[in-house]
Amino acid sequence: MKMTENNKPILEVKGLKTHFFTKRGVSKAVDGIDFTLQKGETLGIVGESGCGKSMTSLSILRLIPSPPGKIAGGQVLYKGKDLVTMSEDEMRKIRGNEISMIFQEPMTSLNPVIPVGEQIAEALRLHQKMGRKAAWDRAVEMLKLVGIPSPEKRAKQEPFQLSGGMRQRVMIAMALACKPEVLIADEPTTALDVTIQAQILALIKDLQTKLGMGVIMITHDLGVVAETCDNVAVMYAGNIIEYASTEQIFSNPKHPYTQGLLDSLPKIYEDQEELRTIEGSVPSPYNMPSGCRFASRCPFQQPICYQQQPELMEQNDGVKVRCWMYTDQWTGQVEKQEAVK
Amino acid sequence: MEATKEKKVLLKVEHLKQYFPVKTDSFFKPKAFVKAVDDISFQLFEGETLSIVGESGCGKSTTGRAILRLDEPTDGKVYYSGQDILHFNKKEMRKLRGELQVIFQDPFASLNPRQTVKQILNEAMAIQEVVAKPKRMDRMLELLDYVGLPPEALDRYPHEFSGGQRQRIGIARALAVNPKLIICDEAVSALDVSIQAQILNLLKKLQRQFGLTFLFISHDLSVVRHISDRVMVMYLGKVVEIADKKDLFDSPLHPYTKALLSSIPVPNPAIQRERVILKGDVPSPIDPPSGCRFHTRCPFATEKCKLEEPALRELGTNHFVSCHFAEKLAQ
Repeated sequence: MKMTENNKPILEVKGLKTHFFTKRGVSKAVDGIDFTLQKGETLGIVGESGCGKSMTSLSILRLIPSPPGKIAGGQVLYKGKDLVTMSEDEMRKIRGNEISMIFQEPMTSLNPVIPVGEQIAEALRLHQKMGRKAAWDRAVEMLKLVGIPSPEKRAKQEPFQLSGGMRQRVMIAMALACKPEVLIADEPTTALDVTIQAQILALIKDLQTKLGMGVIMITHDLGVVAETCDNVAVMYAGNIIEYASTEQIFSNPKHPYTQGLLDSLPKIYEDQEELRTIEGSVPSPYNMPSGCRFASRCPFQQPICYQQQPELMEQNDGVKVRCWMYTDQWTGQVEKQEAVK
Repeated sequence: MEATKEKKVLLKVEHLKQYFPVKTDSFFKPKAFVKAVDDISFQLFEGETLSIVGESGCGKSTTGRAILRLDEPTDGKVYYSGQDILHFNKKEMRKLRGELQVIFQDPFASLNPRQTVKQILNEAMAIQEVVAKPKRMDRMLELLDYVGLPPEALDRYPHEFSGGQRQRIGIARALAVNPKLIICDEAVSALDVSIQAQILNLLKKLQRQFGLTFLFISHDLSVVRHISDRVMVMYLGKVVEIADKKDLFDSPLHPYTKALLSSIPVPNPAIQRERVILKGDVPSPIDPPSGCRFHTRCPFATEKCKLEEPALRELGTNHFVSCHFAEKLAQ
């Protein structure tokens, strides 16, 4: 694990569980996850569709649609205070002010009939108690900071008059207007073209250094993770299955799922005849197996994997992994070293 | 490229143009057009995979649709096995569609939700009359086997399958009529990486098995590198570069191709690359920039680029590029 400066985390998630109570039964979208975020750190949360990564971010800000969703357990400690038990009034002071969020599709998150400058100024007036004129000036300044050309003119325009990349910049300007301590970016570049994605990622990184905030980068794109994150949590079926520094994840992935995920990526700098794949598919969130959730797809599976779920355990090198292979109970034919490659 | 010797041209596109009219504010104003594809030419050889890459709005999907005549092209010629298919009548076109199939991005939108897999496959075979009625059942089971679905799938509906499985059904339907050329329009873009890998392997296997030719349209350069023999890069309705895969990825000539390649985030923190970050957005295709269309974002643009449109010319074997200064920039 890479630790940055002081060891007092700004955000600490402990045993967070978010469940959805529906007619079909209980869907355990997030099922007991732990991670910490330091000031100035970028933490990546990766996983495939339905693994619970977006639900994790919504849970932190208590934006889960409820009912049917409910935070069923755990704590989200922000500067030592638990966000889960906080009153809605207090929560509103934190949301968008101290912890803010960027969503994937800016068009659906921006109000289509209000000029974008006005939307940024609104956040400032509410949270920072700024006057109308001061808030507007600051909004224009923010648009300039995120690299929008002629910000005075753009601030008066409505979202539909801006391109996709510019709308995402507006979202970022809005999220950063109140100088938050934590920024949650949920697939911030997925809807954008690669050349625009490169611009936006560079921008987030640049602003992070300037403002010193902690960033949680939620994405399915391992390339984005490799280029922006310090530490990575890999999620599978509502659990974190591996949690390590970016170098460790990419150079020496421990969990068979992480290994499979990296192997199934087409590589841009080498030629391969065939891609390795992960057999089978993700278990239904309504009917999670009692053992390891990856067991049925795992090439190294053993009887113990079906009997009991492994814990997320820290290894000697600081990597946390949720797999029986790295415990004393492991009896499989495959030697640990071989599995690790 | 493997098929360098005696390459047979399967598809030849010449000066293809696809303009779509847009509403103008006033009746008296001249009519405006979105020039989605603006005078492009290329060839597709039998048995190869040619990829078209580019960002949203560059005209890559429009090119695919124009070849299939799903949208009637504004101008240009499309030859399939030497025949000019833009002058085919409906009957001839229907016959041709047996050889020319397409796989779309969202299989859920392109499969009829009220038909079972059996009906979907049966319909394709019935229209093209490729398999006699009594033999169709065997053929269907064979098709499912090719794409890796169980025989039970026949009686199920599209919604009962996952995204990857639905894409397999789409592939089975395309194969049902014994096509020669399959246009894959963002066929794996909506899938998770582990599923994407399965589908890419499947497409490669089927290509070997049946000698298929693919026109692979995608925005994902890593996927393109994996599957293609040759790659064509488009920008604002124009071809900027066509080359064998290896040449294009190892020694790109056009500044746009270079920027595009360097923008891809690489899933390996050990690789440190020099990144070209382009400024600004893609200009509007209604009123594209004069001269070279890339000059507004090009870091090397000169006065000449604003005035003169560069032609697509050959630099090195089978490596075509449309840039005035390609030789200079290559050094």
